[in-house]
Amino acid sequence: MTALTGTRRLVRLVLRRDRIRLGIWVLGTPLLGYALAGSVAGIYPDEAARQGYAATSASSLVARAFNGPIAGTDLGAVVVAETYVTLALIVALLSTFAVTRHTRQNEETGRAELLGASVVGRYAPLTAALLVVVAANVLAAALLMLALAAAGLPLAGSVAAAGAVGGVGVAFTGVASVTAQLSVTSRGANALAAAVVGLSFVLRAAGDVLGDTSADGTRVQSAWPSWLSPLGWGNQVRAFGGERWWVLALPVVLLLAGVALAYALAERRDQGAGLVVPRPRPATGASWLLSPAGLAWRMQRGTLLGWAVGVAVLGLSMGVAGDEFNAMIDENPAAAEAINAMGGGSNLVDAYLAAMLGLFALTIGAYVVQALLRVRGDEADGVLEAALATAVSRTRWLGTQVLAATLGAVALLLLAGLTTGLGYGLVTGDPLGQAIELGGAALLRLPALLVVAGVVTALFGLVPRWSVVLSWTALLVFLLLGQLGAVLDLPQAALNLSPYTHVPSVPAVDPVVLPLVVLAGVAAALLATGVAAFRHRDVPS
Amino acid sequence: MPVISIDNLVKTFGAVRALDGLDLRVEAGEVHGFLGPNGSGKSTTIRILLGLLRRDSGEARVLGADPWRDAVRLHRRLAYVPGDVSLWPNLSGGEAIDLLGELRGGLDRQSRDELLQRFDLDPTRACRTYSKGNRQKVAIVAAFSSTVELYVLDEPTSGLDPLMEAVFQDEVRRIKQAGATVLLSSHVLAEVEALCDRVSIIREGRTVESGTLAELRHLTRTTVIVETARPVTGLDALPGVHDVRQVDGRTHLEVDPAHFDELLGQLIRFGVRALTSTPPTLEQLFLRHYGDGNATTAQPQSTEAQRTGAR
Repeated sequence: MTALTGTRRLVRLVLRRDRIRLGIWVLGTPLLGYALAGSVAGIYPDEAARQGYAATSASSLVARAFNGPIAGTDLGAVVVAETYVTLALIVALLSTFAVTRHTRQNEETGRAELLGASVVGRYAPLTAALLVVVAANVLAAALLMLALAAAGLPLAGSVAAAGAVGGVGVAFTGVASVTAQLSVTSRGANALAAAVVGLSFVLRAAGDVLGDTSADGTRVQSAWPSWLSPLGWGNQVRAFGGERWWVLALPVVLLLAGVALAYALAERRDQGAGLVVPRPRPATGASWLLSPAGLAWRMQRGTLLGWAVGVAVLGLSMGVAGDEFNAMIDENPAAAEAINAMGGGSNLVDAYLAAMLGLFALTIGAYVVQALLRVRGDEADGVLEAALATAVSRTRWLGTQVLAATLGAVALLLLAGLTTGLGYGLVTGDPLGQAIELGGAALLRLPALLVVAGVVTALFGLVPRWSVVLSWTALLVFLLLGQLGAVLDLPQAALNLSPYTHVPSVPAVDPVVLPLVVLAGVAAALLATGVAAFRHRDVPS
Repeated sequence: MPVISIDNLVKTFGAVRALDGLDLRVEAGEVHGFLGPNGSGKSTTIRILLGLLRRDSGEARVLGADPWRDAVRLHRRLAYVPGDVSLWPNLSGGEAIDLLGELRGGLDRQSRDELLQRFDLDPTRACRTYSKGNRQKVAIVAAFSSTVELYVLDEPTSGLDPLMEAVFQDEVRRIKQAGATVLLSSHVLAEVEALCDRVSIIREGRTVESGTLAELRHLTRTTVIVETARPVTGLDALPGVHDVRQVDGRTHLEVDPAHFDELLGQLIRFGVRALTSTPPTLEQLFLRHYGDGNATTAQPQSTEAQRTGAR
């Protein structure tokens, strides 16, 4: 079939371009699964602990919404409840991005035109991308299966659980192959596919919340909305709880349907065109847009809105979960201890809430990095050159970006605190008071985020070419120090490297001012370094 | 006082010496052609003039100020069109024009709208959907709708069709009429010939030639084809005569303009029947400078000249 001519070569091209990404994906997900399974086994070592976990998970609506329906009291079932949703979301997004990267992105950049003019069939680029992404999912699932079995879980359940995770990747490969045909931009294609992931999450959560609990209270039978969600299918496989193997066929059916639709769409559209018709844009710039600050807002607002929705949903859920937490702690002292180690202090609910705010601060750190690295993206694209050739100083340009990212971080932190407080207050009876208290507590994390902003700015000024990699690495190190530092018994000197170590864990402990002032000072020094270095270097670099 | 004056400018990128003692002088009110092969350092020079790159050594003054230290102040007085325009993908063309204009300190609404019409650019499309030519138009419209003293244009018309090229030339004449100075880097020789008062040719980071086009022509040999009654002899001994060849009974040769008299004196003795003398075309001029730089070129339409140029 001539429409597929050149597929083999394109597969090699995809493998060559993505050899590192694919390697991290295929090896990383099984490793993550192995590590998570190990830690879960440590926290719930015996039948009694798991009985308690399963009972809480089945009765807690928040646990159902975020962890899916518990399938029993086996260790495997607990591992699945604790890890499946995370792993499934990861492979869903990885698969989506990979498909878009090798289809729509090539069309957007014009690379596909170059390829299309050579001896390459119409379906070859899409087929090559699909082959590689499906193969990566299958391989990652196979390794995950081995990892789970190696962690001591029964073989049949391991196969089912790994198949469930791989199935999610396969299903969203099908989804992404369609969204790549619809949108003209790779960003748009990814956003559409990510919206399907989000919808799947909501449907699954709804179906699991609405589901029935079994007579012994340790299993949940999901309601019908879960069956509409590719993320839900993985739960319906019931790994470690009487496997239903036929469910694993559903993702394959979705993949085949998606690919068939994608081929049909590809046949009917022009190269580079989409099916979502672009609307006309404003012919003139609104007056608010025409300044560095206006531009920064315009560039950030979509991202910020997405973050705000995510933070608000998570905050409310975490807050509501705070009350259920009291019950869970009574039944599982080991879990309580783990939370206590993260949050600190004597009151366990406060420790829990403090731990959640800490997690929000880390997550919002990713927003700060993402927002600030736009400057580097602009520099690499050449847009920065056009902007700096106007009467805008480098200090003003970079300062505006830092300010925009900081204001975004303040808004998100405040939102995280307010929604967590609101959620907790709604179930315990003081929504306004809790919202205000936790909103304030969340804002105390700001100095740590300022340090993150300072690190990114300094890297951008000093080593622009490395700033993207190094900024994310720094954030990852902060994350690991925060999450694993206590578990791994790292020396305090190592922990002190992370700014998050120094923010007081309010509301679990009382606020102290000195570390916040020191952090702000460090942030100011880093920012000044970054701006000074940027003023003295070549652009573009 | 010259609008742009560069003396002995040096810029290195690691081991690469991009500018190696470059000189450039652009006088007020002139359109100055800035020419040189790809990679010869034109864009690097322009970026130094814009304060985007830092010079390693040498002097550079723009409108009497230091382009690095006084960048912002200077940028209010100049407009820039890059050779490869990249824009904010999610802004519309109109928004990008207004933004660039406003960041520079304001643009003239009326001339913006006129320019949009003249360049036939749809401002309601997202920048990501523009072709190269249309992105170029966005930058050109943004630059020309500001009234400034200096326009720095780095291959501004790459990607424009001939119709738009003509519109562009009209606009350059208009701003020149208004008293502005233009530094125009270009590979379109017809454009240079039509617009430029003076040109500077650079190669490997150095200025190799600078002057009016007429002056440059004088530095380059004229091609002479002569038909005589008797075979011509003794040409090789004449000063300034090169590349003497016999083709179909006619003599082809190259002569330095300064030695034209001696050549004619010699030719007359052999009974001249026909004589054509062709001054160097701009293309020959450039091929000579762009090529490997030895003085054997200036052969019209000959394969050798083309090969030299392609090198």
